[in-house]
Amino acid sequence: MSIRRLTRRGGLAATTATALAAVLLAAGCATNTSTAASTGDTTEAPGTGGTAIGFIFVGPKDDYGYNQAAYAGSQAVAAAYPDLEVLTAENVPEDDNATRVMESMIRKGAKIIFATSYGHKDPALKVAAANPDVVVLQQGNLVDGDVPPNFGTYFGTVYEPVYLAGIVAGKTTETNKLGYVYAFPISQTLDNINAFQLGAASVNPDAQTYVVNTSSWCDPAKQAEATSSLLSQGVDVISQHQDCTATIIRTTEAAGAYTVGYHADASELAPTGWLTGSEWDWGPLYTTMVRTVLDGGFTGSEYNANFRVGLKTGDNPFVQSAYGPAVDDATKDLVEQAKTKISAEDGSPFAGPVVDQAGEVRVPAGTIPDYQTIESIDYFVDGVVGQIPSS
Amino acid sequence: MIVDVLTGGVRGGTAILYAALGETIAERAGVINLGTEGSMLTGALAAYAVTAETGSPWAGVVAGAAAGGLLALVHAVMVLGRAANQLATGLVVLFLGLGLTSMFGAAYVGRAISPFQPYPIPLLADIPWLGPIFFQHDPLVYGSYLLAPAIWWLLYRSRPGLTIRGAGERGEVLTAYGHSPQLVRYLAVVTGGLLAGVGGAHLSTAYANAWFENMTAGRGFIAVALVIFAAWHPLRAVGGAYLFGAALALSPALQARGLGFNQFALDALPYLVTIAALVLLGRRRSNAAPRRAAPEGLSRVFELTPAK
Repeated sequence: MSIRRLTRRGGLAATTATALAAVLLAAGCATNTSTAASTGDTTEAPGTGGTAIGFIFVGPKDDYGYNQAAYAGSQAVAAAYPDLEVLTAENVPEDDNATRVMESMIRKGAKIIFATSYGHKDPALKVAAANPDVVVLQQGNLVDGDVPPNFGTYFGTVYEPVYLAGIVAGKTTETNKLGYVYAFPISQTLDNINAFQLGAASVNPDAQTYVVNTSSWCDPAKQAEATSSLLSQGVDVISQHQDCTATIIRTTEAAGAYTVGYHADASELAPTGWLTGSEWDWGPLYTTMVRTVLDGGFTGSEYNANFRVGLKTGDNPFVQSAYGPAVDDATKDLVEQAKTKISAEDGSPFAGPVVDQAGEVRVPAGTIPDYQTIESIDYFVDGVVGQIPSS
Repeated sequence: MIVDVLTGGVRGGTAILYAALGETIAERAGVINLGTEGSMLTGALAAYAVTAETGSPWAGVVAGAAAGGLLALVHAVMVLGRAANQLATGLVVLFLGLGLTSMFGAAYVGRAISPFQPYPIPLLADIPWLGPIFFQHDPLVYGSYLLAPAIWWLLYRSRPGLTIRGAGERGEVLTAYGHSPQLVRYLAVVTGGLLAGVGGAHLSTAYANAWFENMTAGRGFIAVALVIFAAWHPLRAVGGAYLFGAALALSPALQARGLGFNQFALDALPYLVTIAALVLLGRRRSNAAPRRAAPEGLSRVFELTPAK
C-alpha cells in the first residue's frame, strides 16, 4: 500500500492559503539563480539550465487531500521562480505512463522533475538513469544502496505534529479515553497512533488510546460505525488516519466530543470540538530543494536521496493545524515546550524509553531511533488499547 | 455491547434494506438489476447535493429517489425496450452511476449539510434494549419499518401485487388478462431504483453525513444478494439487512473495547454470512414450497432477457 493511498482527499482549502503565505516568504529570500550555473566548465550540474520544472501527481489536483497539497506546493514553486515554467500532470498512473509523462516534460525544457507519489519511484529512477542532466525528486520513499547522483527522495516526519496533537488530546480528555480510527496497520499509521498516545501520556499518564480500523481508506459508513462504537465506549477525543475525514469529524462533533484532525484544517466541520490537527504544507520544502538544485549543489546534498525533514531541520511539510476554542493557554505552553524538546539534537517523539503493549522496552532510555527504524515500527506502544490485526 | 451491535445493525442495515426491498419488487416482476449499486450511489449524491443546496434533507430524499429511479429507467429501457443482456446492462448502469457521480460529485466533497437528526420516539425510546435498538433513529429508519410490511401487503395481498408477481412468473398469462407485462416490469424496475436511491440518501444524509466518491462501497450488491437470500420475500429481507448491518457493526464494537479478533475474518464476516445463507437456502430449495422458489421469469435468467 503506497503512501499516496494513505493520504488522498480530506478538505484542504486552508492548506492552499498556508502555502500561499509560504510562497510570499520564499519569494522574498529566493534569488533568481536559474541562469547562474552555466559559468566555467562545460559539464553543468544536473538540474541546472532548464526552462521548466515538472510535477506529476497520481490523483486529481482537487482531491481535498494529498494531491491537492502537492499541487499547492508546485504553485508555490511557480510563484517563487516566475522565470521557470511549472508543468503539472494529474492522474499519472504508477507505471510506464509516468515515464512517458516525465520524458515529455523533459522535452519541454524541464530539468527538475517532482514525482509526488510513492508508487512513482520506479519510473522516476528510470527517467533519472536515462537523463543524467535532469534531477528527479521522488516523494515518500527510502532507497537502499547506490543512489544516482541526479536522484532524490524526501518526506516529512508526519508523526511529529501528531505527537503534539496527542499532548492537546491528553490534556483535554475528561474520560482519559482517546479514540483513533485508522484504515490499515501499516507502519506510517502505527507511527501516528503511537506518537499520539506517547504525546497524550507525556502530560496525562492515565490517557489511553482506543483504536478501531476500518479496512478501507474511505468508507464513510464504516467510519460512522467506528466513531459511534468509540463514543459509546466513553471516548471523548477522536483522531483518525483516513483519506476522507468529514464523517468522523461530524459524527464526533454531533456527539459533543473533541476532534483532532488529519490532512487538513477541518475546524469548520467542528466549530466547538476542534482541538488541533496536522496538515500538509509542501511549498517551503519544494522551494528550498529547487533552490539547491538550481545552485548546482544537488549531487551529494542531503536531498540526494533519503531526505527526512522534521522539527529539527525545519521545512517539515506536515505541520500542526491551528488550535480550536477548547484549547487553553496552559496546554499550548506544554505543546511549545515539547516542540522545543523534539527540535533539540537529542529530541524525538520516540526518544527512549518506548515500551510496547506487552511491557517490552522497544527503544532503550537515552537512545533515539533513526528514520528507518521509526518507519518500520510494527507494534503498539503501552497505553494503546486494541490489537494490530493479525492475518 | 450487544445493544450496540444490534443498534448499529439497524442503523447500518437501513440503506441496504431500502435497496433490497426495491430489488425484491424488480425481481418479482422478472428483472434482475445489478445496477442497484449505481442507483444507490446516484441517490446518495443527488440527496446530498439537494440537501446542501436547499437545506432540507427531505427534499434530498426526493431527489435521491428520483435519481435512483432515473438510472434504473436506463436499465429498464435497455433490457425491456432493446432486449439487452440484463446482467451486462446492470453492470453498465453501475459504471454509468460511478462515472456520473464522480464527475458531478467532486463539487460536494467537503460541503456541509444539515442532515437528518435522530428522533427518539416518545415512550418507545425508553424501553430497555428495544428502545435504543429500534426507536432512537432518524426518520428514514422509521420509514423502512413501515415500508417493508407495506411491500409485503402489496405483493401478497393486493391485486397490483398479483400482477407484479404474474409478470415475473408467467408474462403470457398477464397478456391474456389484458395487462402489459412490459409496463409492469418497467414500473417495477423504476420503483426498485427509486428505493435504492432512498437507501443511498440514507447513507449520505443520515448515516455518514458526507459525500465521497463510491461511498456505497458494494452495499448495492449486498442488497441484490440479500434478495436471493431472502427468497424474494420482503419481510425476510428485513432480517437479512439487519444481519448484514450487525455483522458490519460487530468489528468496530469489538475493537472499541480493545478485544482482539482476526480483523480480516471480521471484515469477511458479512460476506461469509451471505454465502452460508445461500448454501442453506439452496439445500432447502430442492423440496421448497413454491413460494420460496425464485420467480419463474428469473429462472429464465440464462436467456438473459425477460420472457415477453
